[in-house]
Amino acid sequence: MGRYVARRLLQMIPVFIGSTLLIFSMMYALPGDPVAALYGEKKPDPAQIAAIKHQLGMDLPLWHQYWNYLTGLFQGDFGTQIATQRPVAEVIEQAFPVTIRLTLFAFVFTVVVGVLLGMVSGLFADKAFDRIVLIFTLLLISIPSFVLGYLFQYLFAFQLDWLTPTVQDSRDIGQLMLPAIVLAALSLAYVTRLTRTSVAENLRADYIRTAIAKGLPRRRVVGVHLLRNSLIPVVTFLGTDIGALMAGAVVTEGIFNVHGVGNTIFEALNRREGSTVVGIATLIVIVYLVASLLVDLLYAVLDPRIRYD
Amino acid sequence: MTLLEVRDLHVDFQTRDGVVKAVNGVNYSVEAGETLAVLGESGSGKSVTAQAVMGILDMPPGRIPKGEILFHGENMLTMSKEERRKIRGARIAMIFQDALSSLNPVLTVGYQLAEMFRVHQGLGRKEAKARSIELMERVKIPAAKARVNDYPHQFSGGMRQRIMIAMALALEPDLIIADEPTTALDVTVQAQVMALLADLQREYNMGLILITHDLGVVADVADKIAVMYAGRIVETAPVKELYRAPAHPYTKGLLESIPRLDRKGQELYAIQGLPPNMAKVPEGCAFHPRCPAARDICRTELPPLAEVDDARGSACHFWKETIDA
Repeated sequence: MGRYVARRLLQMIPVFIGSTLLIFSMMYALPGDPVAALYGEKKPDPAQIAAIKHQLGMDLPLWHQYWNYLTGLFQGDFGTQIATQRPVAEVIEQAFPVTIRLTLFAFVFTVVVGVLLGMVSGLFADKAFDRIVLIFTLLLISIPSFVLGYLFQYLFAFQLDWLTPTVQDSRDIGQLMLPAIVLAALSLAYVTRLTRTSVAENLRADYIRTAIAKGLPRRRVVGVHLLRNSLIPVVTFLGTDIGALMAGAVVTEGIFNVHGVGNTIFEALNRREGSTVVGIATLIVIVYLVASLLVDLLYAVLDPRIRYD
Repeated sequence: MTLLEVRDLHVDFQTRDGVVKAVNGVNYSVEAGETLAVLGESGSGKSVTAQAVMGILDMPPGRIPKGEILFHGENMLTMSKEERRKIRGARIAMIFQDALSSLNPVLTVGYQLAEMFRVHQGLGRKEAKARSIELMERVKIPAAKARVNDYPHQFSGGMRQRIMIAMALALEPDLIIADEPTTALDVTVQAQVMALLADLQREYNMGLILITHDLGVVADVADKIAVMYAGRIVETAPVKELYRAPAHPYTKGLLESIPRLDRKGQELYAIQGLPPNMAKVPEGCAFHPRCPAARDICRTELPPLAEVDDARGSACHFWKETIDA
């Protein structure tokens, strides 16, 4: 077990280097110039631009720039935003907790509602409730999140006046509700369907027949014997889903004006702020890796047939 | 009073292709301490009958349109769900064929055994666990104390089947239904498990319904046999008499298809044809397309279960000729 975790943690090193290099080169290859953008409408002086670029080390070859970035990173220096002159570390520090909160909210919503809906429709497979849930999830899967976002905004904020249309204070759970639900919608649909299939399938398993033959009350058959076996594939999905939620946050945060990682990375991309984009993307990669490691460990807890050594 | 009596039991299933009549008027009974072997090919209705007795049929699509299942004289089919649940596992227990898939893979065997005591007798965790260890020792699982927290996949096939037996035995039921308990095991292990089951049955004076298609197993342990074909009992007899002189061509075919050492080198007999499709069972005697002795009447008229003597019955128009042959 300990060795397995150590090996998985070591595997993160090449993934880390690979993903930073990849994103770094992509930023380098993008057209547009962050320094020229500083001048806005004014005609910039080429000599001045060259000087600033030299000062920022942007005139060096790609590999050298990447090397400088990496060595900086290991000294805790994420670089500085060109336009705002703010350290990238500070920008991330401000934006990350917001997104984590939003993602966690969406995640909890996905798990609770998805598993519940999936359980019930799996237990009553092919009944009316199951059919309705099927159509409902189909809708969620086929509607893009920005459409759903604006639709919810219109419906719940402007027409019904239940929730605020945009997020003013990201620490307010009530305000985060709408974006979290929109963010969770797609995953919710998948979790519901996965749980439903898994429950319906396990319901026909031999060990469920045994549990019934033992004279156990139905509550116990479902709650103890069926649920745990049915959740194994769902947990696997949820692990990879955390990454998808964080990526989905880019769109959702834009719609609801949440000042999180998604909005920040979007703005940084528009301004060609390489170090900001690479920093945030790398952090998302790391969160994703850690989450999938945790899920793999949880997997072994749920299913004793899995052993890591 | 008779421990278990099944009277004129009918079971059918609603399927997309129409109604499949899986069991058509089965009668049998088991006394305390007695072993009834129910013999038949897959699809003959032997397992479905047992599931109906156990109360674990999937309903729907299953349905019991007719019949009675009397346990200690009480019809279980008219009982409430809760009454039946309390009998299941406690008074009538079942042993399934494949212990690996029949035990829950994510729970320890100790937990699954202890569940019996906790649910039916309301014992606490600790006490239930102690009883589980005792049970494991009784079915001769070595190092029971150390293995109580192991998972099913950590046991060998024979040991797993012993755990199934222990689970069925937990509350000392009056009746055990064993649905092909040794089919999934090695031959040497088969004998051990059967011997264990027979010993325990004697010790507790339980009734045992042994569902099998293995005639070799039956000869050693059964008192009487019911042979099923296409959802009906075609022959019923005390075990010795049936082996000596079968009164139905199907039974005869089954007996002749057992490999025997004294016929080494000769071709093994096989009943020709395939078991019938239960959605369209042949007219008349369901066995007639495969019967070497079939005549015109067999194709049109369903033979009733004729009384051969007090303890025997045969559903063949020509049982007299068969028994003499």
